Amino acid sequence: MSIKGKAYIAGIYEHPTRHAPDKSVAQLHAECARGALADAGLTKDDIDGYFCAGDAPGGPMAMADYMGLKLRHLDGTDTGGCSYIIHLGHAAEAIAAGRCSVALITLAGKPRTGGAPPRAIGPEVDFEAAYGATTHNIYAMCALRHMHQFGTTSEQLAWVKVAASHHAQYNPHAMLREVVTVEDVINSPMIADPLHRLDCCVVTDGGGAVIVTTPEIARSLKRPLVKLIGAGEALKGPRGGQSLDLTYSAAVWSAPPAFAEAGVTPKDIKYASVYDSFTITVVMQLEDLGFCEKGEGGKFVADGNLISGVGKLPWNTDGGGLCSNHPVNRGGMTKILEAVRQLRGEAHPKVQVPNCDLALVHGTGGLLGVRHGASTAILERA
Amino acid sequence: MSETPKYPAPQGNAETKPFWDAAAQGKLLIKRCLTCKEPHFFPRSICPFCFSDQTAWEESAGEGEIYTFSVMRKSPTGPYAIGYVTLKEGPSLLTNFVDCDLDGLKIGQRVKVVFKPTEGAPLPFFTPAT
Repeated sequence: MSIKGKAYIAGIYEHPTRHAPDKSVAQLHAECARGALADAGLTKDDIDGYFCAGDAPGGPMAMADYMGLKLRHLDGTDTGGCSYIIHLGHAAEAIAAGRCSVALITLAGKPRTGGAPPRAIGPEVDFEAAYGATTHNIYAMCALRHMHQFGTTSEQLAWVKVAASHHAQYNPHAMLREVVTVEDVINSPMIADPLHRLDCCVVTDGGGAVIVTTPEIARSLKRPLVKLIGAGEALKGPRGGQSLDLTYSAAVWSAPPAFAEAGVTPKDIKYASVYDSFTITVVMQLEDLGFCEKGEGGKFVADGNLISGVGKLPWNTDGGGLCSNHPVNRGGMTKILEAVRQLRGEAHPKVQVPNCDLALVHGTGGLLGVRHGASTAILERA
Repeated sequence: MSETPKYPAPQGNAETKPFWDAAAQGKLLIKRCLTCKEPHFFPRSICPFCFSDQTAWEESAGEGEIYTFSVMRKSPTGPYAIGYVTLKEGPSLLTNFVDCDLDGLKIGQRVKVVFKPTEGAPLPFFTPAT
């Protein structure tokens, strides 16, 4: 059984806040849920499926009770920041199987105000925790190895940030709206060699939500129709330290089934939301997704190739995690939201891709250089 | 460096106790599967490759080379270098590079194990081999 065309995205909402000291995390989840319901033209009582991850206080049980949801399907899969793209695929599976008809997915949190929920501790803890692994230096290790093997340069990585900043200037909610240059990026302070401060994403409070539903219910609503036509998910870790290779991500496994299910190829994609915790994250994932050959990602992103209206692959046109929003240090939700805006024709006019009828959404969660999840979704304007 | 980093003591468990007992004697242990013969790290009782439960502890020579690394510049205890070492026996492991010029580290550089104290069992680190 395929999920192709079995589920539609009927409602989306991105919380406009980037700093929310006066709100609780549960409140932010509920505000995002309200926003997505209003966008869809549905009410809380229509929801019968709920999906959330490690950022939801108490998980699906506590949050469903807090919001007063009556559910017949729930899923608390947590793979870090890509959880919500996995939830999208799982929601489509549940809808296709008749387990629910209106699924809510929420993300919210306040790392800028008061820290993010701690990472779950795994059996590796004694063998890794003491060595000061942070997101910065773990992704930096991937970057250094990529440079070593493929000759990728800091200037090439910087182009990713430059593209994000070009898009963010048009997003009134973006945390960083100033257009930056390659020189600005490589002259910003070194955080973890070879990543500079401007190679890193923002830290924001906030959240987002998505409503997924049946084709029949979606057609009964007043919003433009966006359907899910392919999904894939995968995990990658050091797996006993054998043949360690940090130059590729689990996207090499999550993307092919998504493209196959959708019946399209990377060349067909008009717009791509690809996770951008750091500049290197984008380069590696674009290679792994098949937009270019392995090792060619640096050349692919250079010279404005990710800038909408300029380059060959319009990408993260909301400014992405690098400039706009990275709520709870998790990027998957906002990737879905901007792809839906593009397919609806509701992105900012300065970044809207003409006739955008096919979009890719991809996320990485966890730590790219240690253990991480990946999820790929392909969306089509119906 | 503003202060010497303090490393958290490993908690250990029944599955990994022999590793920490050996570490206390300055020995780096890895696990090898007796069925498929593949070594792995961090140690498991069941082989992550063939899923055999016939795995044995083996002392590593403690020698290897740097696969990749990063020097963290934003740290209250001063810069430190995290990285992966690929051991001569095959497995790669996450570690820190110590007792050396952090700006002189290179991918492919030969390194050897050195144990550093914690409030519990000593932890394996690596330093350039001379």
